[in-house]
Amino acid sequence: MKQFDVVVVGGGHAGTEAAAAAARRGASVALVSQSLAQIGTMSCNPSIGGLGKGHLVREVDALDGLMARAADDAAIHHRMLNRSKGLAVQGPRVQADRRRYRASIQHQLARYANLTLIEGEAFALHLTNGSVASVALADGSTIGTTAVVLATGTFLGGKIFRGLDRAAGGRIDERPANRLGEQLRALRLPMGRLKTGTPPRLDGRTVDWGALEPQPSDNDEWRMSPMTRTPRLPQLACAITRTSAATHDIIRNGLTTSPLFGGDIEGGGPRYCPSIEDKVHRFGDRDGHQIFLEPEGLDDPWIYPNGISTSLSAEVQDALVRSVAGLERAQIVQYGYAVEYDYIDPRALDHRLALAAIHGLFCAGQLNGTTGYEEAAAQGVIAGCNAAALAHDLAPTTVDRARGYIGVMIDDLVLQGVSEPYRMLTARAEYRLALRADNAEARLSGWADTLGVLTPARQAHLRQRHAMRDAARDGIQDGVDADILREIEEDRRYAPYLERQSEEIARMRRDGDVAISSDTLSLRSVPGLSTEMIERLERASPKTLDEASRVRGVTPAAVAALWLHSRKRT
Amino acid sequence: MTDTIFALSSGRPPAAIAVVRVSGPNARAAGEALAGTLPPPRIAGLRRLRDVEGGTLDQALTLFFPGTATATGEDLLELHLHGGRAVVAAVEAALASQVGLRRAEPGEFTRRALINGRLDLAQAEGLADLLEAETDMQRRAALAMAEGGMSRTIIDWLDRLSMAAARVEAELDFGDEDEVTQATGLDLPPLLAPVILEMAAMLTRPPVERLRDGVMVVLAGPRNAGKSSLFNALLGRPAAIVTDIAGTTRDVLEAGVIRAGLPYRLVDTAGLTNQTADPIEAIGITRAKAQLDVADLILWLGEPDAAPANALKIGARGDELEHDRVSVDHVTSVHDQASIDALWAIISQRSQQLIGDLASGALHARHRSLLSEALSALQAVDGHDLLLDAEHLRIANRALAAILGRDATEAMLDALFGRFCLGK
Repeated sequence: MKQFDVVVVGGGHAGTEAAAAAARRGASVALVSQSLAQIGTMSCNPSIGGLGKGHLVREVDALDGLMARAADDAAIHHRMLNRSKGLAVQGPRVQADRRRYRASIQHQLARYANLTLIEGEAFALHLTNGSVASVALADGSTIGTTAVVLATGTFLGGKIFRGLDRAAGGRIDERPANRLGEQLRALRLPMGRLKTGTPPRLDGRTVDWGALEPQPSDNDEWRMSPMTRTPRLPQLACAITRTSAATHDIIRNGLTTSPLFGGDIEGGGPRYCPSIEDKVHRFGDRDGHQIFLEPEGLDDPWIYPNGISTSLSAEVQDALVRSVAGLERAQIVQYGYAVEYDYIDPRALDHRLALAAIHGLFCAGQLNGTTGYEEAAAQGVIAGCNAAALAHDLAPTTVDRARGYIGVMIDDLVLQGVSEPYRMLTARAEYRLALRADNAEARLSGWADTLGVLTPARQAHLRQRHAMRDAARDGIQDGVDADILREIEEDRRYAPYLERQSEEIARMRRDGDVAISSDTLSLRSVPGLSTEMIERLERASPKTLDEASRVRGVTPAAVAALWLHSRKRT
Repeated sequence: MTDTIFALSSGRPPAAIAVVRVSGPNARAAGEALAGTLPPPRIAGLRRLRDVEGGTLDQALTLFFPGTATATGEDLLELHLHGGRAVVAAVEAALASQVGLRRAEPGEFTRRALINGRLDLAQAEGLADLLEAETDMQRRAALAMAEGGMSRTIIDWLDRLSMAAARVEAELDFGDEDEVTQATGLDLPPLLAPVILEMAAMLTRPPVERLRDGVMVVLAGPRNAGKSSLFNALLGRPAAIVTDIAGTTRDVLEAGVIRAGLPYRLVDTAGLTNQTADPIEAIGITRAKAQLDVADLILWLGEPDAAPANALKIGARGDELEHDRVSVDHVTSVHDQASIDALWAIISQRSQQLIGDLASGALHARHRSLLSEALSALQAVDGHDLLLDAEHLRIANRALAAILGRDATEAMLDALFGRFCLGK
């Protein structure tokens, strides 16, 4: 039996980052994927970054992750979102050439000597005394390990819907991982169903580009990773079009074949990224919805029409696409579909993304109820770091809300749970003014270095950049990267606000030291807590007063009651 | 195990009746030990209280309230005794001799009510004021707070602010994505204006400290103007030394008095002069000037032209001196009680204006500072930089939530409970 410190199941954005992070922290790692060729695939839209998401990409990069550099290697269109607003809410986003993105991820993984890629389907987890001991593959082989990171995306119990058609799968034409899903359910982990969807893909050669408003790439030379020093690829323009009243009629008439409206899909979908049938249903009075036509690659005719995710039948999809200006003769090369999948209620996880119920089992990505590549990647890094920490008895890696969006997201997940796929938003970060996409390196890399998560190349880069920061603060501009000059200038602009927030942060950390017990019995003994509050707290199981104060629906009065009770005990 | 506590909860004996309260897990047992059997819950019954030897302590109206729906959230026993010192002492001694019972610390009953979720922080603060209230106006103000009126208003503001914040956040997070915000046309300042007005109105409420401590009326003017005589006349007793010697009053003299339901602090000061060789008098003058800065109302007994702004210009010693009735506001003579009563009427009228309508409650220093913080944050919202506007909304939100108790801190609680007298 082969033996590894850490086994990562899944080769998507969470899995690859988890495997690489665990390897950076010194663990021997096996990454198990059904198809090694698919490692690093972008299953849905061909873009990386965005509002809130761009912050995560930069933070993953600050922890020496893969995503930002892969995005830079593959970027064929750059756009800084919210450019007219304050820097703290600007979101870098690129369109990435699918093939180049995947190639970059695979290339980066290949550089890790202590990381082994294994093709196969993870079939079952073997436990010994409640701890993870090994992973059994479908081919009958077994891999012994101390820690497992599950990053199975939409593959657990994955079911694909299009019109009246149904298929088992996590992505189109790929098998689901049902056995593993069944086992997790059998272990009585709290699980639920969520759904997401993807639009039809178009053949770009059949789009009437001349009739459409182009959206060119940004001119300024920003990159996702400060490590990237290679020039940009040739840049392509996106184009903007809109649905019409005719489109909406087609959709309304097609709802009879909709799995969403027929009640076949039980899982909740993302409000933030609704299907076009949802939009038409909910905002029926709008005369049109925007569609961004995004090229999927430099030497790839496929076009991703962002904004018309749908699971209507193939015939309806054909008709709806052709009702849109510029797409009158467009050919669909792959129809859109919805996928419904199992997720683990993330409240069963701790801040390391470890499952409290099974020692050595970590979960990351869409499996935890999130949506988006960036959210998945960020969780992957943290789960990977902690899986390695478990195997090598190192310090846990957790990020608090004042340090990064990664911390905000994980804290939200493990305390609040999800009722729809969780997407990063800047609104979720209370210390937003401090947590800018442009200062992720300054915020996180030094700390990451103390955890031993950085490669020597990154360490050298970081030393250089820190020296530049010092120089910039002293007013020296020569030889300092332009992004650092801007970062220091912005630091100054926000300084008065950050000063004020530092008090709040100190307070948060102080409340973080006030331990509370959140089992039913202890909560019942807290006077003044209503049954509703007890239920909410029990489900989220906060460990500190600070965490309790953030559990959804928990009132200030309930927090005061918990606090008073904690004083009474001591 | 929580101790069971007891204390005399009514005023100091002797009085017609004295109420002793017992709260905690042993309250029932304590009651049974004294009274044999207790009346049914929440129904008063006359019982003969006996000590351990069987000797009668008193005939008492006895009430038992089972927890948790009681004032403290615990089992609660009330003994309405005859209000003699000996009776109260004997019953307290009998209680103290029982295992698990002890005298309550100051404020402990209310502390338990708070810990047991029977009061929120703002209500507890209101209750503290209520128990300290000496005047009718203080009582009305405190009652408004204890009943939670202020909490309701703040919850309403929080709701409205979060609506505004949600729109800002939608603009920040989805503004570049077309779908959500196309139709909003967000214009923040007018959206917030009503809340700002309401908050500003609440801030004009009188400080509760002023109600508690009294309206500060300072008598000031040159030496030998008759300030101390007037001070005594207003008090109705000779509190200050009065002589014909200029500079008799060399320090600040203060006395409390209640008139028509309002508390006052009358302050007599050293006569103001630039020519004194007496270092003690010089210090007194410095102090007098300091008093003028913090006065709610100044009674000016000097040249009308030299009066500080908003001072009430008094023509004192009206029986001896001629005053220009146009330039002074009121002429008094300590030998003419009608002139003193008339001055009181003017002071009272001015104070009423100052204190305003108290039926809606007064404002604590802690609440005032949080409310001011929230208000200035909202006033800083200008609709130019949404990111900073969002931050200001967040600050306002936090400050308001803190009034409701989110920001309870050790120091604040100790300050609060330090104000209770024993047994409340």
